[in-house]
Amino acid sequence: MSTPPDRSLRSRSGGEPQMSALTIAGRTLASRLFLGTGGLPSLAVLPDVLDAARPGLVTVSMRRTSSTASGGLLDLVRKAGLPVLPNTAGCLSAREAVLTAELAREALGTDWVKLEVIGDETSLLPDAVELVDAAEKLVRSGFTVLPYTTDDPVLARRLEDAGCAAVMPLGSPIGSGLGVLNPHALESLVAAVDVPVVLDAGVGTASDAALAMELGCSAVLAATAVTRADDPVAMARALRLGVEAGYAARGAGRIPRRAVARASSPMEGRIA
Amino acid sequence: MRITVNGNRTEAPDGAVVADLLPPDCRGSAAALNGAVVPRGRLGDTALSDGDVLEVVTAVQGG
Repeated sequence: MSTPPDRSLRSRSGGEPQMSALTIAGRTLASRLFLGTGGLPSLAVLPDVLDAARPGLVTVSMRRTSSTASGGLLDLVRKAGLPVLPNTAGCLSAREAVLTAELAREALGTDWVKLEVIGDETSLLPDAVELVDAAEKLVRSGFTVLPYTTDDPVLARRLEDAGCAAVMPLGSPIGSGLGVLNPHALESLVAAVDVPVVLDAGVGTASDAALAMELGCSAVLAATAVTRADDPVAMARALRLGVEAGYAARGAGRIPRRAVARASSPMEGRIA
Repeated sequence: MRITVNGNRTEAPDGAVVADLLPPDCRGSAAALNGAVVPRGRLGDTALSDGDVLEVVTAVQGG
């Protein structure tokens, strides 16, 4: 007799299995796909992208106000009923990141922040020293901090110790679309911390998101993969399905990898 | 008085407050005066002084 299906994965209507809700810092999010808005050629397509992705969080950046700035972006995100997660993208020091987070809190009325402190503008890799410093300061100031970090399990644990509500490791460099370059590191990182792990950078297509979930990530954030795809709406949907597929596969218990073949058809009773 | 707004030196009338330097549609915007965030409720009564450095930011598309 086969194992009965895990009923926690079933919807109330008994239809398609559904993902269990993700909770970060006591707040339940509607989806395990987070969406970045950067790179979209036009805001006109954003409502359809949001509708296709149905993300749990939508990231925005804070930049010096220009004469062309408007509240259009926020209006669209809020009209879709989605929570906004400001980032500190582009900040090169803890000081800049903390001030940017404080400005975002005032501008957007949220104390959640996706903390980014990069080491240089070429690699966009996190500056570990400044990152931990900024995380400690923001946590002390009452922020819910979700830091963009490397796939180093030790650094992830430092960030967890600093009080971060989640950690957001890269799979590969921001905007590269190279996917999860070091699955072993990501899997080790997931095992090293108790807070949710959100794959933050490198997603290029749906299979990358699925792999991250299969490796145990709690959620995936994608920006460029969607916004710079030929068809952002179609890719938004594909990533949503990728996250769902990876989550379901993680819970399903994959077969162990084997070095040699193992027949699934019976070997007995073959004709001579 | 001479102040610096988002890196640009500019002239502001005496008696100007931070709110005067914000965009008309300031939803999703915030300001920092000399490195300290000005709370939303204080934008209208935080006076500017000669030599002040003001940063005004707003939410934009980002990842």
